[in-house]
Amino acid sequence: MGASAHAPTAVAAVNDDAFKDIARGRIAVWWFLASEIMVFGGFITCYVLFRYAHGGWEDAARHVNWKLGAVNTVVLLTSSLTMILAHHAVKVGDKQGVKTFLGLTIALGLTFLVIKGFEYHAEFAEGFTPLSGLFWSFYFLMTGLHGLHLLVGIIINLSLLVMALRGTIWACGDRVELGGLYWHFVDVVWIFLFPLLYLT
Amino acid sequence: MATATPSEIRVGAHHEPHLGFLRSYVFSVDHKVIAKQYLGLSLFMALLGGAAAYLIRWQLAWPETYVPGWGYVEPQQYNAIITMHGTIMIFFVAMPFVLGAFGNFLIPLMVGADDMAFPRLNMMSFWTLFVGSAVLIASFFVPAGPAAGGWTAYAPLSARPIYTGVTWGQNLWLIAVAIEFASFLMGGINFLTTALNMRVPGMTLWRLPMLVWTELIAAVLFMLSVGPLIAGAFMLLLDRIAGTSFFVPDKGGDPLLWQHLFWFFGHPEVYVVGLPGFGIMMEIIPVFSRKPLYGYKTIVWGMIAAGVLSFVVWAHHMFVSGIDPRLATPFSITTILISVPFAIIVFSLLVTLWGGKIELTSAMLFAVGGLATFIIGGVTGIFLGSAGLDVYLHGTYFVVAHFHYTLMPLAIFGGFAGLYFWFPKMFGRMMNETLGRIHFLATFICFNCVFIPLFLAGVAGNPRRIYEMSSYDFLKPAQPLHVIATIATLGLLAGQIPFIINFFMSLVRGRKAERNPWHANTLEWCTDSPPPHGNFSQPMVVYRDPYEYGNPDAPKDWMAQNEPPAAPAPLGGGQIRRTGTR
Amino acid sequence: MLTWLPQNVSTFGGDVDHLFHIIYYITGVWFVAAELFLFYCLVRFHKSRQAQPLYARGESSSQAAWVLVPVLVVLMLDLGIDKIGGDVWHRIKLELPPAGDQVHVTGKQFNWEFTYPGPDGKFGTADDQTIENELHVPVGTVVRFELSSKDVIHSFFVPALRLKQDAMPGRTIKGWFEATQPGTYEIACAELCGFGHYGMHGVLTVHTAADYQRWVQSTWGAAKAAAK
Ligand code: HEA
Ligand code: HEA
Ligand code: CUA
Ligand SMILES: [Cu+2]
Repeated sequence: MGASAHAPTAVAAVNDDAFKDIARGRIAVWWFLASEIMVFGGFITCYVLFRYAHGGWEDAARHVNWKLGAVNTVVLLTSSLTMILAHHAVKVGDKQGVKTFLGLTIALGLTFLVIKGFEYHAEFAEGFTPLSGLFWSFYFLMTGLHGLHLLVGIIINLSLLVMALRGTIWACGDRVELGGLYWHFVDVVWIFLFPLLYLT
Repeated sequence: MATATPSEIRVGAHHEPHLGFLRSYVFSVDHKVIAKQYLGLSLFMALLGGAAAYLIRWQLAWPETYVPGWGYVEPQQYNAIITMHGTIMIFFVAMPFVLGAFGNFLIPLMVGADDMAFPRLNMMSFWTLFVGSAVLIASFFVPAGPAAGGWTAYAPLSARPIYTGVTWGQNLWLIAVAIEFASFLMGGINFLTTALNMRVPGMTLWRLPMLVWTELIAAVLFMLSVGPLIAGAFMLLLDRIAGTSFFVPDKGGDPLLWQHLFWFFGHPEVYVVGLPGFGIMMEIIPVFSRKPLYGYKTIVWGMIAAGVLSFVVWAHHMFVSGIDPRLATPFSITTILISVPFAIIVFSLLVTLWGGKIELTSAMLFAVGGLATFIIGGVTGIFLGSAGLDVYLHGTYFVVAHFHYTLMPLAIFGGFAGLYFWFPKMFGRMMNETLGRIHFLATFICFNCVFIPLFLAGVAGNPRRIYEMSSYDFLKPAQPLHVIATIATLGLLAGQIPFIINFFMSLVRGRKAERNPWHANTLEWCTDSPPPHGNFSQPMVVYRDPYEYGNPDAPKDWMAQNEPPAAPAPLGGGQIRRTGTR
Repeated sequence: MLTWLPQNVSTFGGDVDHLFHIIYYITGVWFVAAELFLFYCLVRFHKSRQAQPLYARGESSSQAAWVLVPVLVVLMLDLGIDKIGGDVWHRIKLELPPAGDQVHVTGKQFNWEFTYPGPDGKFGTADDQTIENELHVPVGTVVRFELSSKDVIHSFFVPALRLKQDAMPGRTIKGWFEATQPGTYEIACAELCGFGHYGMHGVLTVHTAADYQRWVQSTWGAAKAAAK
């Protein structure tokens, strides 16, 4: 329910400012994402500052598997696409499409986590842990948090999928949009992490 | 923190009148009940913070003597007490008081909404804060005691247990503070969404009561500044429990980074707790001067400017910390320039008094008393902001006195003013004015007698966070100052007794309050005291700005925001067509 | 207030005190004016003396000027304070005059270590001497120090010199001072560094030239003899 529910038509003319047209849900999610951006922004800034101030991280950075990282980037970008398609399906009322694309998004998210798991496994096998130096501390901290966020995203999408299967999702279509906002955010974080951690 | 998930988006049903005790008083989703819960929590925490202040002051005046009601204070304990005092006062008293209690109570009422935008989220933010307070209090009881690294928790002192001997105390401190951050981030979602989205027709942004503006700006400042410190808290916790070294130099970490993260948040944070205090003054002073707030838009722009500037001054806490000394000058300039927007606010409030018809109720006394004392705190900030002088004053009692002179007037005096003013609306009964004035006089006089001497001690070079100073010869002359400050503190604490009596007596025996005892204009006064569930019995429409007092052309000396104009007249935001039946 | 400043014995201390005075008087005038205005309003416009309040919204530009003009004056004063303060900062922390004497200062829980280069004037040689909590310098000589820490952050604070600088583990920070009067002055730690923070003090002894020679003699006399 938006603000319009309160507005008697007679005085609608005084509602001359734009904010009230933005749905509450969107304001809330944007607020949440903005604070998340500040958190990840904090991590990324610290990482960049350290990297800039202390040389010698290249050796450590050489041990991360940029090929798997690149594959994962593609996986995540594709999942953003399927998320958009799911939202589109909601808009045009394509019942099957919503289920398919939400399912695909979840599958891609899981794929990412599995690949990431293999990476972690290989790194631990080589003896690199969060205590092997600052680069590794940052690497595990940031990718780990990102992975957790992705996990949360998958859970959100799962709940949306359940709603789609039950058919309840049609009553409140913009939930898929809001879930999508979060999903894209997690994706964008990775777009920052990938070059910073794997490519420099 | 994953709270804004889609499942939270729909507003829960909150128009059910008959709920059980638990749902109406404990896990209530009504913003008014939640506001009172915040109030209660901050009152309780203020007792703890005040008790800590008592221990600090006693030890400083009469070092290593038996403190009545406690015993002897040990050096390690002393550090823990000041750490807890600062943490409690800022995060668990000032913020719940001026943001939690007043923001929650007043934002929906002032914009004419029936509740916050997300009532269940609102309930969750309170209970999250409650958990945070519980964790902080629990840290008193863990082995090796609570955190003792100062409320700023500078690394590496806070990063390795060996340096302080504190183990779980510091971890719990970090967790408690992080939970508190999460709580107020959730609260901010409601502040913003409600104030932007649930305004009744006619309530344009330029007709928002100032309190709503200040809460909004505070919430946004908080949201934009706290993220990096949450990241930092994570890293510090890992340093402590996993053995990483983000902030410890032995493996390439950097202690200065913590300070940057802390103060990037810390400076905006002091305005987060400060601005709502001003917001309260800006509601009260026009009412008891029967005059419009002078220069509404100028003030709003001034506060926005102060908010923006607050993000580029943080290094003034770090002038002598070992940052590149060339950075000091630009930060010094931005810091001193922040006096410009604050001068706008202060002067506007002063001019609002000019030519008014002033009535010195308890609320008004605390409002103008707070304004008068804040000026001291503000101008002494300029001393510290000047890098060359901060070389001498940094880390002394001058700083301590400066920030008590800003925090007490804005958060505590402002909060008390707000409480005397809105108590009738909150609880439906009037407070006792005589006790209120006694409370004001005692608080005002004693407060000044505590911290003026501490300015002098600071000028004499007295370092802060010092357990006792008798071993320094050059501080011998400053010792009597500490005795004065401590005696005054005892008076200050005793001065709260009339308040506590007044508060509880008025709750049960106070005169029943009518809807609008102060003849004020904002929407919360257009409903019952206390407002019913859902706040307003009929839909509200707003026709004018909130400070229409003493207009000679008007039929009476106040014009409630929702009172229809007598004849169609040009109005601030937009023309209202009065064709409807509402 | 200003009389509480301890005696100043450094070359730049006078600048700091001067800055203090300037800001004190500028803000003091505003402070007194604002408080008088406030108090006058409360008395003069009390409701017992004022029947009809003045109706002024402060929105027209002529009314806003009552606030904005004083604010403009504040802005000008701010810039003045910035200018003077910037110069003082520059002199203390940015300029490093040529050294007459050198010392390494190291903070640790809960002592100050002063390492002197000895007669050869070089650090890292056999005649270096480390003395805890005692700093000896000759009067009228520029002393350069390098500040570091072994554990946590400390802050090297000599009130009589108007000197303060944090000691950071992991970095070395350079600084200087020149004492103008012989005597002994206290050194404090101005950053919370643990339970012994309050007791972490040392003594600065500023010697006359002759005294300083005598102190060098008594400290290094033996070492010198051994080296020969
Ligand atoms: C509500 C809280 C609050 C507020 C509003 C302020 C406001 C200001 N503070 Fe303060 N400050 C703190 C809380 C606050 N501070 C705390 C908690 C600390 C210490 C933390 C710690 O270390 O533990 C601190 C520490 C602190 C320092 C660091 C000191 C040090 O550690 O060395 C500095 C340095 O620049 C500073 C400056 C300022 C300035 C310039 C303002 C300005 O915003 C003030 C502007 C207002 C005015 C100037 C008054 C109105 C103007 C006039 C009446 C016009 C006349 C004025 C002029 C001509 C200049 N503050
Ligand atoms: C809002 C913040 C706040 C408030 C209100 C206070 C209040 C007081 N503070 Fe505090 N103080 C800090 C924030 C605050 N302080 C901080 C951040 C530090 C730095 C810590 C550090 O160095 O790490 C500090 C440090 C500090 C020191 C320096 C310690 C040191 O460096 O060694 C001293 C010493 O005198 C002191 C004293 C006092 C005193 C006497 C009061 C008195 O004003 C207390 C009076 C009591 C009360 C005001 C509470 C009683 C009120 C009620 C019972 C009613 C409450 C009602 C409702 C909430 C409805 N404080
Ligand atoms: Cu060393 Cu305090
Ligand atoms: Cu600050």
